[in-house]
Amino acid sequence: MKIDGGLLILLMLLPFAGSAVVALFRSNAHNVEAVFAGAVSVAGLAIAISLYPSVMDGGVVRSQIEWLPAYGLNFNLRMDGFAWMFAMLVTGIGLLVVVYSRYYMSPEDPVPRFFSFFLAFMGAMLGVVMAGNLILLAVFWELTSIFSFLLIGYWYQNASARDGARMALTVTGVGGLALLVGMLLLGHIVGSYDLDTVLASGNIVRQHPLFLPTMLLILLGALTKSAQFPFHFWLPNAMAAPTPVSAYLHSATMVKAGVFLMARLWPVFAGTQEWFWIVGVAGLSTLVLGAYFALFQQDLKGLLAYSTISHLGLITVLLSLGSPLAAVAAIFHMMNHATFKASLFMAAGIIDHETGTRDMRRLSGLFRYMPYTATLAMVASAAMAGVPLLNGFISKEMFFAEAVETHMVSVLDTVTPYLAVVAGLLSVAYSLRFIHSVFFGPLPNDLPRKPHEPPHWMRFPIEFLVLACLVVGIVPSLTVGPFLHAAVVGVLGRETPPYSLAVWHGFNLPLLMSAIALTGGVALYFALKNYLAVSEEGPPWFRRIGGHRIFERILVTLSWRWARLAETHLGTRRLQPQLRLLVLVALIAGSLPFYRAGAAAGILPVIPADPAFVLLWLIGAICAIGAAVRAKYHRLSALILLAGAGLVTCITFAWLSAPDLAVTQLLVEIVTTVLILLGLRWLPKRWADPDPMPVKIGARIRRYRDFLIAVVGGAGMAFLAYVIMTRPASSRLGDYFVRYAYTEGGGRNAVNVILVDFRGFDTFGEMAVLGVVGLSVFALLRRFRPAADSVESPDQQKIQNAYDEAREDRKVGDTLSDYLSVPAVIMQWLFPVIIVLAIHLFLRGHDLPGGGFAAGVALAIAFILQYLAAGTRWVEDHLRILPLRWIGFGLLSAALTGAGSWFFGYPFLTSHFQYAELPWIGKVPMASALLFDLGVFLLVVGATVLVLIALAHQSIRSHRTDRFVATLPKEDA
Amino acid sequence: MELIVALAIGVLTASGIWLLLRPRTFQVIIGLSLISYAVNLFIFAMGRLRLGAPPVLVDAGVGDPGLYDDPLPQALVLTAIVISFAMTALFLVVLLASRGLTGTDHVDGRERR
Repeated sequence: MKIDGGLLILLMLLPFAGSAVVALFRSNAHNVEAVFAGAVSVAGLAIAISLYPSVMDGGVVRSQIEWLPAYGLNFNLRMDGFAWMFAMLVTGIGLLVVVYSRYYMSPEDPVPRFFSFFLAFMGAMLGVVMAGNLILLAVFWELTSIFSFLLIGYWYQNASARDGARMALTVTGVGGLALLVGMLLLGHIVGSYDLDTVLASGNIVRQHPLFLPTMLLILLGALTKSAQFPFHFWLPNAMAAPTPVSAYLHSATMVKAGVFLMARLWPVFAGTQEWFWIVGVAGLSTLVLGAYFALFQQDLKGLLAYSTISHLGLITVLLSLGSPLAAVAAIFHMMNHATFKASLFMAAGIIDHETGTRDMRRLSGLFRYMPYTATLAMVASAAMAGVPLLNGFISKEMFFAEAVETHMVSVLDTVTPYLAVVAGLLSVAYSLRFIHSVFFGPLPNDLPRKPHEPPHWMRFPIEFLVLACLVVGIVPSLTVGPFLHAAVVGVLGRETPPYSLAVWHGFNLPLLMSAIALTGGVALYFALKNYLAVSEEGPPWFRRIGGHRIFERILVTLSWRWARLAETHLGTRRLQPQLRLLVLVALIAGSLPFYRAGAAAGILPVIPADPAFVLLWLIGAICAIGAAVRAKYHRLSALILLAGAGLVTCITFAWLSAPDLAVTQLLVEIVTTVLILLGLRWLPKRWADPDPMPVKIGARIRRYRDFLIAVVGGAGMAFLAYVIMTRPASSRLGDYFVRYAYTEGGGRNAVNVILVDFRGFDTFGEMAVLGVVGLSVFALLRRFRPAADSVESPDQQKIQNAYDEAREDRKVGDTLSDYLSVPAVIMQWLFPVIIVLAIHLFLRGHDLPGGGFAAGVALAIAFILQYLAAGTRWVEDHLRILPLRWIGFGLLSAALTGAGSWFFGYPFLTSHFQYAELPWIGKVPMASALLFDLGVFLLVVGATVLVLIALAHQSIRSHRTDRFVATLPKEDA
Repeated sequence: MELIVALAIGVLTASGIWLLLRPRTFQVIIGLSLISYAVNLFIFAMGRLRLGAPPVLVDAGVGDPGLYDDPLPQALVLTAIVISFAMTALFLVVLLASRGLTGTDHVDGRERR
């Protein structure tokens, strides 16, 4: 058993490895690739054959590799008789198709791609049949969808190939997703994804409340894959694939995966009403509609495609019945259909290859040119029609016998035999049509090529398969009997019924049905012959409502109309609706708890209001509302009002025991105001219209709505804040920090100790954010040319400049700087003072309000003041500020301080402290956190100055641009 | 005091939301600043209000939490102030870039049709 398990893995890996190797071959090495692909198939076939003794009598070969055992997901392979039968079909027919492809593919086609996808598909299919784990099965299932997409779209230069491939992938891919969910549900019900366990837990599954959704989802996967009505339409469109692909995918593999899965899970699902009705209705309608559509096709491959759909419907019906005998018939028909359909596809390919057309209206009388191929095709198509002494006959008889039996008393059960006969009759008619219209009749006169027999080896696969049809049809129990038995035992286990594979069962009802179908079919064909010779493609009535059209329409609706609708309403093109949505969601989320728990102010005694504080916030409110009102037309005043609101906030912090916040807020306020001030000049002019047009009703409604949202949002926040503030805090995390700020962190300012010590890592992250913002601003502005100044120079400046120009001893701008000379001198003198202040803030930070952030911003202000006072050029001529280095050193200092604790065997950013005596200054706390804070300080200086300088430089740049344009020769400018 | 702080938060929020929903970039940036004041005050208020109890230990040693205001919301707000400065700076630059590239100061980069 050990060796067998290894063989399974080898069989699994072989095609994938082969696929990878073939892909590397040169594109004109036709023979080498075909021989290699053939060798891979032969090896696979040989391994499969060698495994036969182990699976012969209901044995199961297993191989288990742990993948994600914690999730019950293992790479389990499992081969019983049923999987073995499929492995034989997949490798055997694969080998024949490889031989056939060698002659079919033209020298211009990139063959390595073909064989590579082909082998990969073979591997995926083997994976589906041998998977011993539900999830693994779903994975391989998806792989078959993907590789079939690649194979169908092989001639991607053809639009039809692309469309066909896309449609196949969409339909089977959606089915595959449903299947995956179904498998997850099934695994959830059973408690294991292991196939053996699942197959043994049929009773649990059938009684579980999730049974129906599970079954529906899995069936959705199986029915889409097997092209069952109403998902059948992808298969005829997949005929744009090269014929070897069709011969492989639509006889033995891809579409068989669906019925394979239904048979595989048959012991779990079958026998229930739901299964009977859903699968039965899908199967019956597919059986009849497929046969009906097939008769009216003009394309040879189209006929075969619909016939495939119909035969898959037949298998589905058999599986729906829930009786073991019907399951035997289904398994048998899977084999038979694979043999005759593969040979018919290949025959159609030969006809196409030799004549240049597949249109049955143009083909006729080919028997004279290719009698050998014609004979083979005739036998195969007789097998398809269910003519006695061929394999198709036996499984069809079994089907008729089962159709007559009563399984679940219902309308469906009653109509089944009649519909079965109708379908049989139609299948005789289209099989006859396939032969009669192509090989008989007058000699063709307008064929693109003069037909002749194909090379012998191209015909060989058909010969082999037709021979199989014959011997199975004549001596079934001697040839295929044991293999079928192994497969049946694999599915049914101990439920395997006694069945007989004899050709002759005496005169009985199924034989009568066969006779009716045969004679009726022949009569139907000859009655329709003249109509068919000239009719359009597709059956009457149904021609107009093709499934693929509905599919395209649904796709357009989904992926274009609805998508566009969603985009207009939820898309990112317009910011305002999104922000509105965001605010509304926040409002709803914020009010839900009130709705649930009710709302009332708490009982905590409030601090009596100080009239000064009331007055302060009266001003604050006026500032805030004023900023809101004036931000549209009066930006400068809005900015000043904003700063006013900020200042009031800052005083509030100071008032309510947060000196650190007050200091930082104040400094940041200054920098922010300067920053926005720098940007103001590039915003477009916007004057309030002195004689405004009446505002449109839509705009007015929008404003009222936004006003309402704003008021509700503000009231909500106020209410929420009040309700919380009047309740006692449940537990103060901060207590810990207060208690140990000094003993553990070595600082008396708890806020600063939290920032640089207790939560140093957070601060480290925040520094990084600040650095990133600085760099982003720098990068954004480096190559950026701002819009032209939107406001002309004020009159005063013009007059001053004119005055300067008039004098020889003055340069333009001199007067302007003279005007500012007193403030400039003050500002320049303040430089050292502010630096000392920054250092002071920094050093005292650990024990008193201050710290790296505040100090950093203060130093940045010192720099920016110099820019204001003396102008960008002067400052940069006299002072080299390299903000990028400040940022770098800041981050480095913080990181190294943090990493330093590793050397002492402590985690990242563990701090150490002691006091040091410095001359003049006195006792200074020398915590390692101070070094960290130094990093913060450096980085804040760097980032802030970088942003401010980058903006300040823009004004020089725009001047430069002006000058540059002015110096250009006139015609260039 | 609590009522005044709550009302202040409300007024700042309302003005901020109103501006946030306006179409001009400058309005939005002012609105965001107002909202960040409101949010900072709100977070700060979560530590409850106290007068004259800054979380700076009077003497070295183990601190008594009852004597001081909650330092944690303050630490959070301190970082929030710095981050909101960074945010304002970045928005301002994006605003200017958008104005330079599209020629308009509408938040969508084009005027409403």
